[in-house]
Amino acid sequence: MAADILTATAEELGRRIAARELTALKVTEAFLAQIERVDADVHAFLHVDAEGARAQAAAVDARLDAGEELGPLAGVPVAVKDLFCQAGVPTTAASKILEGWRPPYSSTVVQRLLDAGLVVLGKTNLDEFAMGSSTETSAYSTTRNPWDLDRIPGGSGGGSAAALAAFEAPLAIGTDTGGSIRQPGAVTGTVGVKPTYGGASRYGVIAMASSLDQPGPCARTVLDAALLHEVIAGHDPLDSTSIDAPVPPVVDAARSGDITGLRIGVVKELGGEGYEPGVELRFREAVAALEAAGAEVVEVSCPHFTYALGAYYLIMPSEVSSNMARYDAMRYGLRSGDDGTRSTEEVMNHTRAEGLGAEVKRRIIIGTYALSSGYYDAYYGSAQKVRTLIARDFDAAFDQVDVLVSPATPTTAFLVGEKLDDPLAMYKSDLCTIPSNMAGNAAGSFPCGTAPEDGMPVGLQVMAPPQADDRVYRVGAALERALAAPDAGVLTDRIASRWVEA
Amino acid sequence: MTDLMDYDDVIAAFDPALGLEVHVELNTASKMFCGCDNTPGGAPNTKVCPVCLGLPGSLPVVNGKAVESAIRIGLALNCSIAPWGRFSRKNYFYPDMTKNFQTSQYDEPICVDGHVDVEVDGETHRIEIERVHMEEDAGKLTHAGLTGRIHDADYSLVDYNRAGTPLMEIVTRPILGLGEKTPAVAKAYMAHLRELMLALRVSDARMEAGNMRCDANVSLAPRGATELGTRTETKNVNSLRSIEAALTYEIRRQGAILSDGGRVHQETRHWHEEGYTSPGRSKEQAEDYRYFPEPDLVPVAPSAEWVEELRGTLPEPPAARRARLQEAWEFTDLEMRDVNGTAGSIDLIDATVAAGASPASARKWWLGELARRANEAEVELAELGVSPAQVAEVQALVDAGTVNDKLARQVFDGLLAGEGTASEVVEKRGLAVVSDDGALGAAVDAVVAANPDVADKIRDGKVQAAGALIGQVMKQMQGKADAARVRELILEKLT
Repeated sequence: MAADILTATAEELGRRIAARELTALKVTEAFLAQIERVDADVHAFLHVDAEGARAQAAAVDARLDAGEELGPLAGVPVAVKDLFCQAGVPTTAASKILEGWRPPYSSTVVQRLLDAGLVVLGKTNLDEFAMGSSTETSAYSTTRNPWDLDRIPGGSGGGSAAALAAFEAPLAIGTDTGGSIRQPGAVTGTVGVKPTYGGASRYGVIAMASSLDQPGPCARTVLDAALLHEVIAGHDPLDSTSIDAPVPPVVDAARSGDITGLRIGVVKELGGEGYEPGVELRFREAVAALEAAGAEVVEVSCPHFTYALGAYYLIMPSEVSSNMARYDAMRYGLRSGDDGTRSTEEVMNHTRAEGLGAEVKRRIIIGTYALSSGYYDAYYGSAQKVRTLIARDFDAAFDQVDVLVSPATPTTAFLVGEKLDDPLAMYKSDLCTIPSNMAGNAAGSFPCGTAPEDGMPVGLQVMAPPQADDRVYRVGAALERALAAPDAGVLTDRIASRWVEA
Repeated sequence: MTDLMDYDDVIAAFDPALGLEVHVELNTASKMFCGCDNTPGGAPNTKVCPVCLGLPGSLPVVNGKAVESAIRIGLALNCSIAPWGRFSRKNYFYPDMTKNFQTSQYDEPICVDGHVDVEVDGETHRIEIERVHMEEDAGKLTHAGLTGRIHDADYSLVDYNRAGTPLMEIVTRPILGLGEKTPAVAKAYMAHLRELMLALRVSDARMEAGNMRCDANVSLAPRGATELGTRTETKNVNSLRSIEAALTYEIRRQGAILSDGGRVHQETRHWHEEGYTSPGRSKEQAEDYRYFPEPDLVPVAPSAEWVEELRGTLPEPPAARRARLQEAWEFTDLEMRDVNGTAGSIDLIDATVAAGASPASARKWWLGELARRANEAEVELAELGVSPAQVAEVQALVDAGTVNDKLARQVFDGLLAGEGTASEVVEKRGLAVVSDDGALGAAVDAVVAANPDVADKIRDGKVQAAGALIGQVMKQMQGKADAARVRELILEKLT
């Protein structure tokens, strides 16, 4: 019974809760018990809000019992990356500098989840301030990949992805600045979508790089991701960069999955040297399956994508250096070294030295340098020009095709510790995902089987023009149906028996 | 002791170059980037929210009303309005800034290339405006310690109520060729801006409250030189008097240094009300603010239609208004010159007339008794603490014969002491003139009896001799007698 709940799709849980076959509380209890049982191995959560979740579930049950009509996901639990403020609930960004901080307000995304009747189970682990590709830079714990506990779950949103793959939650929320939703999705065999920049509000999401950050849905199936997308997306007057236009019809697209006549472009530059053979194999098979399902496939060149990673590592740290300045020990969070002998500036320095990790410091230093007088034009300025060229590459490509596809990551999940001391190798994890952050278009990662070398999941990335998020889901849904056994259906079902007690 | 050169000697040898940066706090209902109450004051840290506290995750949204005010200010200063512009982040650490960067327009200001004409001693000077840009104010720090400066404070308190207040920065181009009039023109320019802000109703423009603050840049170059000298910037000068005094002081100080063969340090300086400037931080080790476009805000892009619509809301230009009011009030050129020469008096007289007083009486009070008091208190007329409505009320009491001019001055004492309305002051202080024939008659009888020779003169028809008796009656009544009635009673009695 509990096993059925844990492995069910969110869509099914929502339907059964609405039909009163299940109560939201029972579903919530099942996931809380699963977290209790497996999270000591997975380390997906930084904070489990059992009490809050039970209270939310009971309230949803009361409303449904009273005959109120709620949305399709009412009563369904969700795990939220610990970068989203939730009033009264500890929010750390996986950093020591925010240890114990309880925000007095909720992010728009969390508020919309609660308003739609979803039950927030707790806060998931991430790289510190979302800076990393493996969840290893978290100041609190290293999340493990449920497919192989010796491997990383991707990052920065490794906690959210691992929670899904270990059946600790049916839905999760992430943020994607350079691939932090899509790359963890790819390496855990789950679905992760970065909406068009401005598609879902950033209000209340702890900023990493403001012009790149984008909240989005994580799930085990394409339809579940679309249903969650619909809950969190849409204009928010509190975020000036949020798009004031209707949300693209993502749920319809996910239900349809019809790609007859859709023009798909394979990005020439995202493949070849540096890509694992198993990744390329599964990617090619997936493209062939999409073609068989009725799509037209062509190769497309995006010549400036080659420079995306370099430009990203100037723009992102520049914004980071400024966004991180507010953590100064003066108003909230950690304050250390304030022993009466140190000046204000010394306490700021002491606290930041102690409270921030190496990767965060590295990016602050790079960004401070890139914005410095005399270097600005050469670094930040040039990177912005590259950004424009990348957006033009996308524009030109979308004149020829409806969507672009590539592997979501060059490799499958690597071993814990393998790249921690080699930042450049780590940064390459985001090679395929960064261009869409730079241009702000919609993109998602969908499971396309496991690599023969290591049996680890491979993801296919779909990129669509800004505000054409529905195309991402259409292709994702088509892929979910088109793959042949053993990769057909929901990929994580293959590890369900490992994580869910019969 | 700082050496100062005689002012006239400096001017004989050097040309001052002037540059003014004026910060104006807008009086919008809400703050620049959030919905918090923007009215001044309140218990510390009560007018705050996640946005102006810079809490993690919070985002700014531009206040449309502040943009509207900025455009109206720009139009009133004859600026062009930029069709598109971004905010930037000015990065530096300071505990009065919640985000440790200030969101400010940097290289894309909303208003550029304007000018205003100001008049000093009947001569008009054109001040070129380089730019007007929008930014946010910081919180307020109070340093507990001997000097009130941060470096030797035992502890500091911070109030973020002001954090996020919309600020406009109005920057002039270098103003050259003013010679000895440099400080006077700076003062007149500031007075002009103040008048404009009040007319536009975009700011409370109370300098003493910091609603308008001036950073005054000045440098000296040898007469006839083509290159400008090294400047100093005297920060946060916040009264018209201080602007003139601070610039005069800096010109004399720099003159002494340069005449002595020294060099002026490029630095910021602080103005002290005791009459001198002192060095702040040196600007020669220029701080690197690492400006970059604010990624949390979409660009400000006012449409041409909106700008034209706002142009239609501009108030009458101050000079045109002065001409119109002179005619309406029937003031001579000489009378009007006094009005124009006294900062703020035109608005005060206009408001007093609107409250029911005659133009002549309004002018008399503001430029006479009240100007004298403002002068004594070393404050601007508008800062004195008497409102136009109160002046109109006092004049109404004079017109009704309740008080005479002399008693009216005592009414102002009461008003300034906060003793209530003019009528209440008259009541509390017992200032009403006595026109009761019983009390006056007794006093007249006594004075007549005491001055038989004067009385005889009046009886003989020398009516003008009554003045001496009136004066004595007034004295006996401690000034509170209705002089006209006293005269009547004396003449009735003796003729």
